[in-house]
Amino acid sequence: MTPQQIRLIIAAAIACLVTAPFVLNPFSITLLNYIGIYSLAAIGLALLTGVGGIVSFGQAAFVGVAAYATAWVTALNGYSPWLGLVLAVILTCSIAAILGFVTLRLGGHFLSLSTVAWGLAIAFLFGNIDGLGQHNGISGIPPISIGPVALVESRQIYFLIWAIVVAVLLVCYNLLDSRIGRAMRAMRGGNTLVESLGISAFRIKLVTFVIAAFFGALSGWLYAHLGRFVSPGPFEAIMGIEYLMMAMVGGAGSILGGVVGAAIVTLLKNSVQDYLPLIAKGASGQLEIVAFSALFILFLQRARQGIVPFLAGFLPDVKLSRPQPASPLPRREQPAPGTLLLKVSGAQRRFGGLVAVNNVSFEVKSGEILGLIGPNGAGKTTMFNLLTGALRANSGEIAFAGRSITHDQQFHIARSGISRTFQHVKLRPRMTLLDNVLLGTYSRTRTGLLAGALRLNQAEEASARYEALQQLERVGLGDKPFELAGNLPLGNQRVLEIARALAADPTLLVLDEPAAGLRRQEKLKLAELLRSLRADHLTILLVEHDMEFVMSLVDRIVVLDFGSKLCEGEPAAIRNDARVQEAYLGGVA
Amino acid sequence: MTADIAAILAIDGIATGAVYALVAIGTVLIFTVTRVIFIPFGDIAAFTALTLAALDARQLPGTVGLVVVLACMACLMEVVSLARAGELRAVPKAVLFYLVLPLIVVGTVWLTMRFTPPMPVRIVLALLLILPISPLLDRIVFRPIADASVLLLLTVSVALHFALVGLGLLFFGPEGVRTEPLTSMAMEIAGVHVSGQTVLILAAALVFSGLLFLFFDFTLIGKALRATALNRTGARLMGIRPARAGTIAYLLGSLMAGVSGILIAPVNTIFYDSGFLLGLKAFVGAIVGGMTSYPGAALGAFGVGLLESFASFQSSTLKDVIVFSLLIPVLLWRSLASQHSEEEVEE
Repeated sequence: MTPQQIRLIIAAAIACLVTAPFVLNPFSITLLNYIGIYSLAAIGLALLTGVGGIVSFGQAAFVGVAAYATAWVTALNGYSPWLGLVLAVILTCSIAAILGFVTLRLGGHFLSLSTVAWGLAIAFLFGNIDGLGQHNGISGIPPISIGPVALVESRQIYFLIWAIVVAVLLVCYNLLDSRIGRAMRAMRGGNTLVESLGISAFRIKLVTFVIAAFFGALSGWLYAHLGRFVSPGPFEAIMGIEYLMMAMVGGAGSILGGVVGAAIVTLLKNSVQDYLPLIAKGASGQLEIVAFSALFILFLQRARQGIVPFLAGFLPDVKLSRPQPASPLPRREQPAPGTLLLKVSGAQRRFGGLVAVNNVSFEVKSGEILGLIGPNGAGKTTMFNLLTGALRANSGEIAFAGRSITHDQQFHIARSGISRTFQHVKLRPRMTLLDNVLLGTYSRTRTGLLAGALRLNQAEEASARYEALQQLERVGLGDKPFELAGNLPLGNQRVLEIARALAADPTLLVLDEPAAGLRRQEKLKLAELLRSLRADHLTILLVEHDMEFVMSLVDRIVVLDFGSKLCEGEPAAIRNDARVQEAYLGGVA
Repeated sequence: MTADIAAILAIDGIATGAVYALVAIGTVLIFTVTRVIFIPFGDIAAFTALTLAALDARQLPGTVGLVVVLACMACLMEVVSLARAGELRAVPKAVLFYLVLPLIVVGTVWLTMRFTPPMPVRIVLALLLILPISPLLDRIVFRPIADASVLLLLTVSVALHFALVGLGLLFFGPEGVRTEPLTSMAMEIAGVHVSGQTVLILAAALVFSGLLFLFFDFTLIGKALRATALNRTGARLMGIRPARAGTIAYLLGSLMAGVSGILIAPVNTIFYDSGFLLGLKAFVGAIVGGMTSYPGAALGAFGVGLLESFASFQSSTLKDVIVFSLLIPVLLWRSLASQHSEEEVEE
C-alpha cells in the first residue's frame, strides 16, 4: 500500500463516521457513543500496556476520577462543563503523576499489582466520600454546550465524542513515530537497552503513564456528560479489567486496537445481555460476568496477539520511502587523538563474598582500540557493566573525558558519549532497522512530547532519519532499512547494534563480545568495520574471547584474571607473556 | 483510644491476621511453584464458608454443582489433549483423576446429607468439596499457558476471579451466611476478654503453617515442590513433573484457604463475593514477604490484620482504602529491597 491509499482509507472511514448518525437508529448511535468513550480509555491502555509494556488494572479509576471531578464542578457547584474538563484533566493527570512517581520504579508484576491496589483504593473512595453522594452517586450533571448549542441528544454529542477519538488516534500515531514515541516503543523488553541509549526509562514510563491517564480523563469527562449521572459502579475493579480486555482483544501494541477492542467488547456485551436471558432465565447478570471472563481467558490462552495485528498481517505492506538527505545532526567535539579518554582507577565490585572485579586500573586513550580479555569468570562483563553504569562500583573511581562518572546513572553516562553493544543482542525485533538505529539518535535530538504529537519538528526528524540511514549504510545494512530487526541473522543483528551505537555519535564505543557466535566471514567483516571506525578517530574498547580476532585488531590489551588485572601491553607482548599463557592454558611447562 | 480498647483491637487484629496468614501462605505456595498469582484464592475461602453454611442448613451446597461442572470440563480437556498426543493409554488414569475422584467426593457429600452428620464431619465434608476446585481450575485455565509470563498469568488470574464471583452468585445465591461458632468458650487474659474462636483461629494458623513446614522439610514430595519452585527446568530434568507439583500446591493451598474460610465464617458474615477482599488483604501480606517467604507472608498478614483493626476504629468506611493504599509503600520497599533480575520479555 502507498501512503496515498492509506489516506484514502482514512478519509473513507471518517466519511462513514460522519454519515453514521444520519443513517442509524438512536439506539445504535448511543451504542456508538459508548464505544467512542470506552475507546478513549482503551487507547490509553493500549499505549501503556501494549506499547509501554506496563499492564495496568487501574484505568477505570482514572476514568472515574475525571467523571467525578467534572460532576462535582458542574452538578454540585454549577460551573461550565468546560471548566469541568480542565479540572478533570488536571486532577487525573496529577494523581497519575504522583502514583506513577511512586510506583513506576517497581519491576514487572509488582507494578501491575500496585495498579490493582490503587485502583481499588480509589474506587472505594468514590462510594465513601460524603461530598460525592456516596453510593447514590451524583445526578443532574448538565450537558456539554458548544456556544449556544447544548449537546443533549445522543446524535449531538456523537460528533464531539468521535471528533475527540479521531484526534486522539492522530496524536497517538504522530507521537509513536516521533523521538519520544520511539523510546516508548522500546520500553517493552526491559530497561537496560533503553538506558544505554541515554533515555531515562523512568521518565518515559512516567510520561506514558500520564498520557494514558489523560485519555482516561477525556473518557471520564464525556462519560459523565453523556449519561448525566455518575455512581461508583462503572469505575470498579471489574471495569478496569474490561478496559484491559478491550485493549488486548483489539491488539495491545496497536493504537487502533483500542477502538476495535472497545467496539467488539461493547457489542459483545450488548448481545450477551440480549441472548443470555433466553438460555438461563433470571440468571443473566451473573452469567454475563462468567461468560465474559471465560471469553477473555480463552482469548488470552489462544489469541494473545489481538485482532488488529492479526488482520494487518493480511494487508499488503506499506511502502515507505527512504529517508532523503537532510541537514546533518550536530556532532560531538571529539578529543584529539592520543589524549586520555577513560581512566579506571582501583575499581572494585563485590557480589556478596565474591569479588568479581578487584582493584582494577587501566586507561583508554583517544583513537585507539583497547581489548579487554581474560578467561571465563575473569570479571570482564562486570568491568564492562561498571563502565557503562549498569552496575555501581563498591570502591574506586572511573573518569571519562576528565569527569568522574563513578556515581552517574546509566543514561547520564550514555549521554556523556559512551555507547555500547550487548553480548546477548538487545534489539527491538518488531521495530524496523531504521527505527532501531533512530533510537540511537535520541540523545542528539531535542523534539519533546508536544512537538512530536503535533508533528512540529519535522526538520529534526528528517535529519535524524537521514543520520540513521547513513549509519546503516556505514555498517553495510543500508539496502533494506524497513526490514524488521527480528528477521536479521545474528551476525547482522550485532552489526545493527553497532550502527545504533554509532547513531549516538559516541566518543567511546564499548563492545561486549561482538564476535561471539559469528561465522568466520562475518568476523572478518566485523574486524574491517572496526578498523574503518578507528580510521575515523573513534575510540573503541572491546571485551572479547576470540584471540585471533583480538590480536589482529587491537592496539593494546588489558588481561583480567580472577577479577584482577594480570598485565597490559601490545598484542605481541601479551601473546608471549607467561602469566597470560598460564591463565589461559593452565600452566606451561 | 484507651489501653483497653487498644488491647481489644489488637486481639481482633491478630485473629483476623491469622486468617489472612493462612491464605497468604497458600498464595505464596502457589506462586512459588506455578508462578501464578492466584487472585481467586479468597473466593475459595469464601466458598468453603458458604458450603459449610449450606451443610449446616441441610441443603445441598452449590459447590456440588461447581465441582461437577469443573470436573467435566477438566476431564474433557485432559482427554482431548491426551488423544491428540496419541497417549490413549493414559486416558483411564486421567478420567479417574479429573472426573471420578471429584465425583466420589460429591457422591459422599450427597449420601451423608441424608443423615445429620455432626459438626466436625460437616467441616471435613466442606473441605473435601472445596479441595478439587483449584486443581481443576489449574487444569482448565492455567495449564495451557503454563510457560507464559507472570504478567499474563496474573491477568488471567484476575479474569478468573471475576468468573468465579459470577459462578458464586449463580451457585450460592446473594444471601450472606454466618455459621455456628465452633466453640463457645471464652477466657480472660490480663483482664481482656478473649473468645475461644480467637484462640482456635490462632491455633489453627499455627498448626497448619507448622504442618506445611514439616511437609516441606521432611517429605520427598515437599522437597520436589521446593525444587520446582526454585527451578522448573532443573526439577523437570530430575524427573519431577511441574504440572503434578502444581496440582499438589493447589491442593495444599486450597486446604489452607478452606480452613481460613471455616474459621472466619462464624465471625464475619460471608457473601459470595467476600473472597475478593479477603484474598487481596492476604495478598498484601504475601507481598510483604516478597511473594517467596512463608514467615514473611505470615508476618505481613498479621500486620494487615492489625492495621485493618485499628483503621476500622478510626474510620470504618475507609479501612479498605487505608489497607490498599498501604500496599504501595510496601511494594516500593520490596522492590528496592530485592535486587530482582529484570524480566526481559521480548515479544
